[in-house]
Amino acid sequence: MADAALALETVDLSKSFGGLRAVQNVSLQLAQGQLHAVIGPNGAGKSTFVNLLTGQLRPTKGTILLAGQDITGTPSHRMPHLGVARSFQRTNILKSLSVLENVRLAAQALHPLGLRVLRSPRHGAELVDVARRALERVGLTGVEQSAAGILSHGAQRQIEIAMTLVGDPKVILLDEPLAGMGQEEGERMAELLKSLARERALLLIEHDMDFVFAVADRMTVLVDGTVLATGAPAAVRADKAVQTAYLGEHV
Amino acid sequence: MSEPARMLPQGKAGWALLAAIAVVLALLPPYVPSYYVGLITLAMIGAMLALSLHLLVGGVGLVSLGHGAFYGLAAYVVFLMSPEGSPKPIWLTLPAAMLVSGTVAFVVGGLSLRTKGFFFLMVTLAFGQMIFFVFHDTKLGGGTDGAYLAKPIISAFGATLDPRSFPRSQRGFPAYYVALVQLILTYLALAWLLRSMFGRVLEGIRVNEHRMEAMGFSVMRYKLAAFTLAGAFAGAAGHMWALHSGFVNPELVSWHKSAEALLMILIGGIGSLAGAVLGAFAFTALGEIAQQVTERKLLAEGVVILVAVLLLRNGLMGIRLGRGKTKGPGGGHG
Repeated sequence: MADAALALETVDLSKSFGGLRAVQNVSLQLAQGQLHAVIGPNGAGKSTFVNLLTGQLRPTKGTILLAGQDITGTPSHRMPHLGVARSFQRTNILKSLSVLENVRLAAQALHPLGLRVLRSPRHGAELVDVARRALERVGLTGVEQSAAGILSHGAQRQIEIAMTLVGDPKVILLDEPLAGMGQEEGERMAELLKSLARERALLLIEHDMDFVFAVADRMTVLVDGTVLATGAPAAVRADKAVQTAYLGEHV
Repeated sequence: MSEPARMLPQGKAGWALLAAIAVVLALLPPYVPSYYVGLITLAMIGAMLALSLHLLVGGVGLVSLGHGAFYGLAAYVVFLMSPEGSPKPIWLTLPAAMLVSGTVAFVVGGLSLRTKGFFFLMVTLAFGQMIFFVFHDTKLGGGTDGAYLAKPIISAFGATLDPRSFPRSQRGFPAYYVALVQLILTYLALAWLLRSMFGRVLEGIRVNEHRMEAMGFSVMRYKLAAFTLAGAFAGAAGHMWALHSGFVNPELVSWHKSAEALLMILIGGIGSLAGAVLGAFAFTALGEIAQQVTERKLLAEGVVILVAVLLLRNGLMGIRLGRGKTKGPGGGHG
């Protein structure tokens, strides 16, 4: 595994909030073409970890390497430009804007427009095309002009994923993409994530164990901010420490 | 469904109505007493200031208490460039006023936009007061009571318009028409800006700043651009005030001016560009009426504004004829 092209790597990544050590010495390797799930109980530091990776939070210690390059401390708005896109745990879209506009804006963020930014969106047709393709990719069509906030929870998660796809990122970080989704929607999401992972590296944070074991190539268990185990799903499932600390009641 | 439609006149009917209002304003001066020509000029200047502030409040969701400072600053630029007795042409003073206000806004914005919400309000207030004290009771500002200036000369194509060559009753006309043209241009420029892809980003920031940042937008840069532009447009309004009145005083730079402009867009309706204009006219009319009917102008104003804001959630623009909604007390005068 270590020889495979590493898309993203963290070395001893740590974050403290005052006395609280939310993330401690987490070293994680995310390979190209891999779907890597991070699981752990509530408060294990999973979301904090993602927020560190995408610059929403600054690590107290440790480094983040993107394709071997140190990108620690890069501001969050630069990350999508480097090819690292993310979704959020709580659906985080522009609810009063149309579905298409949400995704179009995400595309605009990564397109240098120069002075064309002063023209109406009609003069940026290629952005609309990119947005439409991303919406098609996630299977959300026919609702382009609806206000994003009135759609079902599942559809809003799809919008989020579409927004991460517009820049054709090398790394996608998804924070609980299944939260609030129904069975059928979940299955479609699983298919989508698997197909996405073929071309890039996917880091997934998820509570739904069945889903994780079904889609992940590799997984890491976080407990109290530290890595308890990491490896192939079967190995992690068999791990004694994991079973007692976390999976006990689920598996 | 898409949001920007709300910010702008609704469709062709809205634009037609605005054009009709502009035509009425253009034809009005010969038919009304000169006092009202001056009053409408003031309302138009207020509308320009309110429009510039709308770019921040309605466009990006930034409430600033330092906006009046850029307005007053521009008036003082005219005072310094065009002192009593030696008037300068408008094509020199207007760009200079906008440039100075815009530049100062750029610096103030760069320092204050790092804060948010209440803190942003306080920091902009503090910067506004700093600019106020540059002109208050200083030699540079011409003193506490203000000072006269030479109104910039209005000239184009080699022809110069001198208000003094007009009969007394028509001396307010040139300023009136310059204000009208500037108001129309400001409106069109802002409508253009809010509609553009730049405007879409501002709107996204207003709706969900955090998400825009995560998408890859440098929110700070867009906010700073909007703050700078709003400052420059406020400068155009302040320049127009100097051109109209031929007088500056420190009150122009004070935070009350910012509060006035905020009230205008609040009365008119925060969600729309036309609301800023409507609000400015209503505010000016309200001040005038309050002055005539009572000695306690500010008290009367305050009560009416309070009632209007409580009853009209979306300001005057929120009133839809035929739906039988309560008509606000300020509505009749708009």
